[in-house]
Amino acid sequence: MTDFSNAPELIRVENLHKSFGSLHVLNGITDTIHKGEVVSLIGPSGSGKSTLLRCLNRLEEPTSGHIWFDGVDIADKSVNIDLHRQKMGMVFQHFNIFPHMSVIDNITLAPVLLKKASKDEAIAKAESLLARVGLSDKRDNKPSRLSGGQKQRLAIARALAMEPEVMLFDEPTSALDPEMVGEVLEIIKSLAKNNMTCVIVTHEMGFAREVCNRVLFMDEGIIMEQGDPHQVFDHPQNPRTQDFLSKVL
Amino acid sequence: MLLQNIMKLLQKYGMNFLNGLGTTLLLALISVAIGCVIGAIVAILRLGKSKILKAIATVYTEVVRDTPLLLQLYFFYFLLPDIMPALKLSKFACITIALVFNSGAYMAEVFRSGIQSIDRGQTEAARSLGLSSRQTMTRIILPQAFKNVLPAMCNEFVAVTKETSLASTFYVGDLMTQYQTISGKTYLVIEPLIIIGIIYFIVTFSMSKFITVLERRLKSDD
Repeated sequence: MTDFSNAPELIRVENLHKSFGSLHVLNGITDTIHKGEVVSLIGPSGSGKSTLLRCLNRLEEPTSGHIWFDGVDIADKSVNIDLHRQKMGMVFQHFNIFPHMSVIDNITLAPVLLKKASKDEAIAKAESLLARVGLSDKRDNKPSRLSGGQKQRLAIARALAMEPEVMLFDEPTSALDPEMVGEVLEIIKSLAKNNMTCVIVTHEMGFAREVCNRVLFMDEGIIMEQGDPHQVFDHPQNPRTQDFLSKVL
Repeated sequence: MLLQNIMKLLQKYGMNFLNGLGTTLLLALISVAIGCVIGAIVAILRLGKSKILKAIATVYTEVVRDTPLLLQLYFFYFLLPDIMPALKLSKFACITIALVFNSGAYMAEVFRSGIQSIDRGQTEAARSLGLSSRQTMTRIILPQAFKNVLPAMCNEFVAVTKETSLASTFYVGDLMTQYQTISGKTYLVIEPLIIIGIIYFIVTFSMSKFITVLERRLKSDD
């Protein structure tokens, strides 16, 4: 496995806490994600892994702690988070495609609106992204005509159109029919190969083992164990990890 | 006898009935069109962050919805010329403003439910791309909400069309006003009532049918 500890830092999370009322979901998370790293977050449901991911682009407001992204503490409420979100792509479990727009408009909306590209440039870029995710023939369709797998591939293309520095995946294959999981994982895999930094909340243990550089096992709102996938999956040290893996593998 | 009288009335006062219908539809159209804009703004304020604006929007919609329309018509009819004598508002203008004020509150509720019916994931996806909350509202939420509330908006139009009859209290020339005038002139009560009843029915019934078709169209569009 490639060692990323010398690669530049992209995201540094420091002592992150998140609670919903009296429910403590994150209890002090500290971790550094380096450029080009592919990190998966695994753990039982309710362990806080999705909340952690959603805190990274502040879809959830952290209760306390710091999130350094490109040298800026984006957990600071005075930061204009919209600007930083442009550099963090996100893919959701339920795709969240914009149903009132054609496939290509879904992709070009943000780059054009946020002045990252002219209309023509955005369209050219969107077309190449559609080719990359295998949806060229759906260019002008309405999203309702797409299958779940196609919607998720479109969602990935939509996020990539902003040329993000990191891609956040929130259980990207959990809502898919089994036969469509592969096509989505293939695309994430190709992103990883092209050195896109990825943080992936997933239940696909085989995928996490094969594609990720590092696996974080979370439970009760903390990172219980982390490391190289082979180490975590084959020789888990923490009894909680052992217990979890024995149930899912 | 009844039929004969109706035919006679139609011959003699046909134009009056048509004019009345025109005024009724005009009143309804203005109320719903401007009410729609007011409603969208009020709905956004009610769902927005500012506590003060939220409170104002809430008070507005609740007061309008929990008092009789006729009372509101009286209120504006007497209040507006009093507080703004310089504008020299006509009777018709005062009544129109009252109807707009009323319709805005109902449209606000229609829009609010429309906005709330849009999945949270839509907002999250838009915000995750870097869109501001305003851009998310105008580009993602409102276009979808508008489509969802289109049938309800048409229903509001049907309701307002019927409610304009209350405006006849002030003789603004709507269909019901025509009834009062014609009935006064001819001493016929039932016959003109039947005529305007049929006119109201035809207009609102065909609009309701149109809404059904519209709803089916919008559904198949998805």
